[in-house]
Order: sequence, then C-alpha cells, then structure tokens
Amino acid sequence: MTAGPQTLPLSFVRRDAVPPAPAPALVSGPLAWLRANLFSSPGNAALTLIALAIVVLVAPPLLRFLVVDAVWSGQNRDACRPEVVGHPVGACWAFVADKINYFVYGSYPIEERWRPNVFFALMALGVGWLLWLDAPRRDLGAAYFFVAFPVASFVLLSGVPALGLAKVPTSLWGGMLVTLVVSLVGIVASLPLGILLALGRRSRLPIVRLFCVIFIEFWRGVPLITVLFMANVMLPLFLPGDVSVDRLVRPLVGIALFSAAYMAEVVRGGLQAIPRGQAEGAMSLGLSPWHRMRLVILPQALRIVIPGIVNSFISLFKDTSLVSIVGIFDFIRTIESARVDPAWAAPTVVMTGYAFAALFYFVFCFGMSRYALFVERRLASGQKR
Amino acid sequence: MRKTVAALALGLGASLLAGAAQAQATLTSIKQKGYIACGSNPGLAGFGVPDAQGRWAGLDVDFCRALSAAIFNDAGKVRFIPLSAKDRFTALQSGEVDILSRNTTWSMSRDTTLGLDFPAINFYDGQGFMVKKKLGVTSAKQLEGASVCTQQGTTTELNLADYFRANKLKYEVVAFASADETFKAYDSGRCDAFTTDASGLYAERLRASAPDDNIVLPEIISKEPLGPAVRQGDAQWSDVVRWTHYAMLNAEEAGITQGNADQMLKTSDNPDVKRILGTEGKYGADLGLTGDWAYRIIKLVGNYGEVFEKNVGQGSPLKIQRGLNALWSKGGLQYGPPIR
Amino acid sequence: MSNPIPAEARAAPRVSPLYDPRIRAAAYQILLLLAVGLAAWAAVGNAAENLRNARVASGFGFLGNTAGFDVNQTLIPFAAANSTYGTAFLVGLTNTLMVAVIGIVLATLLGFTVGVARLSPNWIVARLAGVYVETLRNIPLLLQLLFWYVAVLASLPAARDSYAFGSSVFLNQRGLYVPRPMLAADAWAIPAAFGLGLAAALAFAARARREQARSGRRLPVWSVGIGLVAGLPLAAWGVLALSGAAPLSFEVPVKGTFNLRGGMQLYPEFVALVLGLTVYTAAFIAEVVRSGIQAVSRGQSEAARALGLKPGPTLRLVVIPQAMRVIVPPLTSQYLNLTKNSSLAVAIGYPDLVQVFMGTVLNQTGQAVEVVAITMAVYLTISLLTAFVMNVYNRRVALVER
Repeated sequence: MTAGPQTLPLSFVRRDAVPPAPAPALVSGPLAWLRANLFSSPGNAALTLIALAIVVLVAPPLLRFLVVDAVWSGQNRDACRPEVVGHPVGACWAFVADKINYFVYGSYPIEERWRPNVFFALMALGVGWLLWLDAPRRDLGAAYFFVAFPVASFVLLSGVPALGLAKVPTSLWGGMLVTLVVSLVGIVASLPLGILLALGRRSRLPIVRLFCVIFIEFWRGVPLITVLFMANVMLPLFLPGDVSVDRLVRPLVGIALFSAAYMAEVVRGGLQAIPRGQAEGAMSLGLSPWHRMRLVILPQALRIVIPGIVNSFISLFKDTSLVSIVGIFDFIRTIESARVDPAWAAPTVVMTGYAFAALFYFVFCFGMSRYALFVERRLASGQKR
Repeated sequence: MRKTVAALALGLGASLLAGAAQAQATLTSIKQKGYIACGSNPGLAGFGVPDAQGRWAGLDVDFCRALSAAIFNDAGKVRFIPLSAKDRFTALQSGEVDILSRNTTWSMSRDTTLGLDFPAINFYDGQGFMVKKKLGVTSAKQLEGASVCTQQGTTTELNLADYFRANKLKYEVVAFASADETFKAYDSGRCDAFTTDASGLYAERLRASAPDDNIVLPEIISKEPLGPAVRQGDAQWSDVVRWTHYAMLNAEEAGITQGNADQMLKTSDNPDVKRILGTEGKYGADLGLTGDWAYRIIKLVGNYGEVFEKNVGQGSPLKIQRGLNALWSKGGLQYGPPIR
Repeated sequence: MSNPIPAEARAAPRVSPLYDPRIRAAAYQILLLLAVGLAAWAAVGNAAENLRNARVASGFGFLGNTAGFDVNQTLIPFAAANSTYGTAFLVGLTNTLMVAVIGIVLATLLGFTVGVARLSPNWIVARLAGVYVETLRNIPLLLQLLFWYVAVLASLPAARDSYAFGSSVFLNQRGLYVPRPMLAADAWAIPAAFGLGLAAALAFAARARREQARSGRRLPVWSVGIGLVAGLPLAAWGVLALSGAAPLSFEVPVKGTFNLRGGMQLYPEFVALVLGLTVYTAAFIAEVVRSGIQAVSRGQSEAARALGLKPGPTLRLVVIPQAMRVIVPPLTSQYLNLTKNSSLAVAIGYPDLVQVFMGTVLNQTGQAVEVVAITMAVYLTISLLTAFVMNVYNRRVALVER
C-alpha cells in the first residue's frame, strides 16, 4: 500500500525513455534482404563468406565436369582421353550412352527387351495409381499393385513357354531392371507382412506378441548385408536337398523379411496414433474385432503412415544396391562391371559411371521424399479444423 | 491374426511336402531337367567369360559344353551360373550347380572338409605375381615392403602369406571380395603387385588400362592344380566328369580332332581310336551314357589340345604355352588313363 | 442414467466354446507355437541332413585352427603363421568397433553443425546445409563408399610421388602417413598428468556450479579447465625433458622401395569407409537435430531473449537441453545404423567383421552356418546393448521433464 514505485530500490528498472532511433534506411528491397539475411552481424557475415567460398570451390568444378568439359558422343575410349582429344575431359557421357542398354536391361536377350519395357510401363501405372491421392478406385489400384501386377510381371519377365514367352533365366537379368524388381518385391511383400507383424506386436495374446517382437527386433538388429549373406548361403541349407532356390530369389526373401520388420514399426506408429476412442466407438457399434480393425482402425492408421511407408521405401530402394555384393547384377553392379571394360579405359569413366548412378538414385529418392512431404502437409491440413 | 496362422501353416505345409521328395543321382536329375547347371567364373578371359550378349567362352566353359555333348548330344544344354570365389562352394554344396568348372584349386582340405570331389585336373597352374614395369622389379624376392592385392577366400591368399613368411619378407596384403575389384585396385595403383594363378595373370593383364606396362615375374610360388569339382558321394557323376576330361586327352593323343572325327569313325582301324569313338566295346553305357559319348565330345567341342589352343593358347590373345599342360608324351603332365 | 442392468445380461453369457474369446486366444497361440516349432524343426532337420550329405565339417572347433592368411589393418597382434580363426574374428570385431566409434564421433559433430546450420537465419548457410542433406540422404551409401574409395582416393599420386606436407606427413594412394608417437619408458607421467588435470577441471567446474547457485557469481570455468587439462601434461613433459629423458619421440615415415616405411599409416580403405559413413550419417543426424530443435516451442527461445540471453547461450542453455529429449531416440537409431552400415566395408576391402569373418574365414573353412550365426549374434548384441544404454540415458533425460 505504502510502497510506491519511487521507494523500491530497483536499479535495473529504467526510469527515463530510450531516445528514439532513426528509422531504418531500408526495410524492403534486395539490399535490405541481404543485410537482414546475410550480414546482420560480423559473425553472420563471416559465415556468409565461408559458405560462399564453399559454393565457389564446389559448384564451378562440378559444373565443368558434368557439362562444360563433358564428352557427349564417341565410339570408344579415345573419345574420352585428354591426350587424344587434346583438351581436358570431364564426364564421359559417351560411355553411358554406349552402355545404356546394359545399364537398363543387363544381359536380357535383345529380342525380348520389349518385355522389361512393358514391365516398366505396368509399374509406372501401378505406382501412379497408388500415389495419386485423388485417383479413382484406389482400392482397385491396391489390388492391381499388390496382386495382379506382381503375377503379370513374373509371367512377363521370366517367361511362360505355354503363352509364347520364351523363358529368360534370371542370370541374364540385370541393371535397373533388377534394381526395380528387387525394390518392388521388397515393398509388395513387406507391406502386408509388416501390417501383420505390427498387429501381432500390439496383440493381447502374449505368445503372438513375443513372437512378433523377437521377429522384428532380430531383423532390425542385424545389417542387411549379413541378411543377404545368410539368404545366399543358409537358405538353401534350410530347404530339402533337392529344392534349389533361384539366385535372384534368395536375396529377395532376405530383403522382404528385412524390410517387413522396418515396415512393421512404421505401421505400429500409425496404429498407436489412432485415439482409443475410435476402437471403443467401433466396439460400441458392435463390430467384431476383425471388422473393427479392417473398417475403422487400419484405414485411418495406414493413411497417417503413408509418408512413413514412402520413406521406408526410399531406404529400401537405396538398400537394394547391396544385392550387388552378393553377386546379383543390379544397377550398381552393371556400372562396376562396365567400368573395367578395356574398350572404355579412360580416366574419367569411373567418375562418370558413379555420377550417372548417383543421378538415377537421386532422382527417384528425392522425388519420393518430396512426395512424402507433400502427403504429410496435406494430411496435416486435413487435421486442422 | 487368423491370417498369420494361415500363412505360417501354408509355408510349413509347402516345406513338408517338398521335404518328402527324394534326393536323386546327379546324372539322372540332369537328364530329367534337360540341362547342366554349370558354375562358372563370372569373368576370367580364356577360362570363363560372357560377352555382351551373354554367350560364354573359355576352357572351363567348354568343359561343361563337353559334358553336355556327352549327355545330350548337344553342346548347348548348359546353364552357366557365374559364381565368385566366395560363393562357389556353397553353390555346389546346396545343389544349385551340378558342377563347378571355374579354375578351382584342388587342395586336401577342400577335398576332405568341404564335401567336394575333384575328379580331374584340366589345367596345371601355379601362383605368380604381376607388377608394374616401371618399378624395375625382376623377381618376387625383391618385393620386400610391397603392397599385394589378392582375392579373398582363395588358396592364393594362403600361399601369399606362406611365401612371404618363408622368405622373411615384409608385405602388406589388400584383399578384395571379387576378382574385378582386386585387379582394378592393382591397376589403379593401390598395390605394387597383383597375385593370382599364372593363367589368371595373363588373362587379367589384357584388361589393364595399359597391358604392356605390366610384367609377370618369373617365380611360381605354388602348385595350383585347377579342375572341375563336384559334390562328394555321387561316384557315377564323378566318373562322368573324370572320363569326359580323359576322353578329350585320349582323343588328342590318338590324333582325333573335331575336323577328322567323322572320317576316323569310318576309316580308322586303330583299336584305341575305335574304343574312344565307341565302335568297339560299350564303355559309354557303363558310364550311364551312350556308346558314342566320346565321339560327341570331340565332334561338338573338340579334343583337349584344340580346346586349349582355342581358349588360352596360340589361338587366343592369352598365348599361354602348353608347358605342364602338354600331353605326357610331349613332356607335360596331362595323362589320360586308357579307355578300355 | 441409472438404468438397471437386466439380470440375464449380468450373468456370463452362454456361448459355444468355438466363440469363447479365451479359448480362441489359447487356440491361436497354440497354433502359432506349433507352426513356428514345426517350421524350425523342419529347417533344422533339413540343414542337418544337407550338411551330412554334403560332408561339410561342423561345430565351432574351427575357431582354434590356424588361419594362414594375413590381414593388413589390425588392432590386436595377428600373424598368418600362428594366429587362429578365432583371433581373425577378434581382428574383424575390433576393426568394426573402431570404425563405428570414430564414425559416430565425427558424424555427430558434422551432423549437429549441419542441423543447426539448416536453421540458421543466414539464408545461404541454411540453403547450403539443405542441399547437403537432400543430396547425401538420397544417394545409396554403397555408391558413396565406392565414390570415395575408387574415384577420390585412386586419383591421389602413386607412392613414389606422394604429396608431402612438411617432411613427415605424406599422402598418396596407399593412404595418409603421419609420424608415429613413440613413448619413452617413463612417459606414463604425461597421460597421468592429463588424467589428473581432467579430474581437477571437472571438480572445479562442479564447485563453480555450486558457487554460482549460491551467490550468482560466475567463476572462469573454461580458462581454468583448459589450463588444468593442457597445462599439467605440458608441465610433466617439461620436467621429464629437463631431467634429460626425451619423453616423446616420433618415428617419421621414410620412403622405402615401394611404400613409405615406419610412421603411422591410415589406409585408404579405412579413410574411405570413415569418410563415407560420416558424411552419409551426418545428413540423417542433421535432420534429427533440426526436427528436435524445431520441436522446442518458439516461446522458449523468445522468453530466453526476453531475459536478455544472447543467441549462443539461448541455444546452449535453453533450446538444446530441451531438444535433446526429442533428439536422443532417433539419434540412437542413427548410431546403430552407422554401426550396421560399417559392414559395407566388404565392398571396399576394409577388414571389418563381415569382410574378414564372413568373407575370408567362411570361405577358407566352408562352415557357413556357424560363421553366419556368430556374425549375426555379434551385431544383434551390439544393437541390443546400444539400445539398452541409450534407453537408460533417455530415461534420465526424460526425468528432467517438469
């Protein structure tokens, strides 16, 4: 009551007004933007300069290698040897152009290469159908992608003589074809299996839960490369003596189990995000557990985890490169084997091959990650009321 | 939940059903399926290498073709399965391939603990070194302190350790999983020396960015008897493989070639020739094949000398001398027991 | 509200056993057990029969056999002549652990830097960090490793024309050569002094914290700490040097016939693997850090500003401690990923566990089942242990919450 502001000895309370500062000279326009974003303080200016230095150090040589000094056409290594052409040589795109069929199809017989082409088209259709959120009949799309398309692809690629399609042994498959086949089998097999495992892990039955936890944690605890080795070496041992598994199928089994474990964790995240009320509401409507799951919980959970599924597909897609280590002729392996071709022995061929591979993976993975981000934003805006 | 159980039960049923099938003799199963699954080198010039169209060529590849000729009267009923040094034995043990024909060294431990059988030796080889010319090295004894590139999981890796230890030389080993990586590492300068079987050295040298800058040192540091391998415990198939090689040797010794086989069949009175070509005796039938089995091999693939010269000898870029692989009658070690 | 429940509904409903949930649950579980058991039994039976038919040796006795091959980079003594396959296993394991530890440290440093840079108000720094993350995340690690190993290191000069930095550090295709520190007999005093200095610095920091809590006065923790940690070993060195015994000498690499000899050599395989793992994992860690920092509500840093904290201390004292709670779980899985990814060493010839044990040993012995089982068990153990340790840490961090 008695203590007024005058009597309190608060030395840190300012008593007089701050003198007015002059109005900022620039509040808009490029200069103001520069000052606010790049040179707001001496430290910031130093950072800007360092960053600029990095850009200057990296970008021009990269551009020179990839575009300016690149060789775009040629028949053999002479086109890409600086001592022959007489100027510094960057990327040897002529090498990629010469080998592109090998990179795409491997040794798939030339007269049968329309089959992989049809496969690519079918795949584009299925992926487009599933990823386009407003597409008509997406349930049909899912059925197509997870059932009809795999069967059709198998018939098409490996061939059924009865249908007039000559058999093409998998040892001839190669390149991007194999990379895509492996990733597709991974996703097609791992999604249903992953959902089952996720449901099992949340089950009230202790043995089922234990089994699912052990299964998931085992595959998540070991590196993929050991899984591939195991599939390659031990899978034939576990099967009866006269059953032999195709060399391409073995890593496929390994990859399917491995990615199913990761997928299970993604789906579990979605299941956990569904409020209890949904299950209770469904229960009060008298739905059986099976219907509750199929009609109420899973549709919502799967919708939430679309970005997660796409992200784990991205890592699966990158991980397929490991099959090259167990002797499958995937895209990386075709590059590795093309670069030792003496006909193309030139200094920049190796870099060119890797740059091409990097571009291929980057375009796919970056595209998918942008898509995941887009879905995430859209879902988030749908949640706002 | 029901689905999990159903899926598991299905998988189980399948594995039990498959388990009921009986394992059978290799030759019978080859005849049944109509082709030989031949484990070959993924790419070693002269021994087993596919071209861009997937057509295979090489000494070891032709050996599988000879088997196919003897069994099917068609040299083309072979499926080549490229196997790296790491994968090869498990592929054979698991039954994925019927025969391993990819320059595999016969050693005692492989024979006894890996469950393999080596019916024949189709190339006598030894391990050597390749170095860059500009190093000025002329003998393996001068490799003190060198880095050596080798392929892992081979006898080469073991011989290398033995050789340097025995000669009290220091070295640094750099081991890679595949032959491609190993040679490329050497070629790009990671190692001073590259070691493998001498035949492999000549073959790989062709792939170097500048083949003439590399030389092969004179020392041969090991015995490398290379030959086809089969699973242990199937004596009949082992015999077929063994006698296919010997038939090719005997044909060369008797002067039967791909070109003159038909004529010899008609005109020759030499009992050795007649027994080889199947006009006398029924040696083929006892092997589980037809009487003209050796004739088919010679007619469709050729005798040992022809196959050798075509793939690794003077008819090839490798230009390897017959040396130890000459017939015994010409100072070599290739000795075919008589067909009689 | 108070509807009485009819008596017949309160009594347990009579259902056929076929629809009794408890019986069903038990039946499902028994079925699952049976199925798994039978599948395992079939697999084991088949494996045993196949192995018997193939006449392959079995059992773990091979671990005691002499290896007979050499490995170039070992942390523990290994010689072809008298070391066993068991020692080869340990060589691989220690190499894996070394790469993992070094990779984790470097990736954490780089990842935190890039993650913070991505949120920088500086436009160009943020963009640069963004490009780094998006590029490296979207290219397979295997490709990056091959790039570092085959393309970058192979373009270095041959051993005879090494780049020399001064007269004792050399860089060439065979790796990086630096002088090897050679400790004299009584040089133990230096690390001892270092340990003493570290302990004293920590004690001082604790005292300073108490002092600040009590009186608000801040003691110069950093300068005293650095003085103790660096000064004590230097003093020990000085005393030793004065007493005449050179405590530390360096073995300088010199040119031999083929390679440089002596000194310490960082092999190109090792460098490529560490580089690749670090650069790749750092991109993921950066994302983890970014989302962790963004999860701390803006009000927190605004309040810190209002209290007059500068941007540095705001980040260090307010934002990061809170962000750590969000960051730690995904960071753990990135560490595990790095450890597991180190198995890609097999592609570039670095002798890690997979390369030495699952590669060479498996091939020389042919005992696939044993070797694969041991290798997987090792990784599984590492994974579970890391997860356990991180969970403990996580719980401690989480307890701070409110």
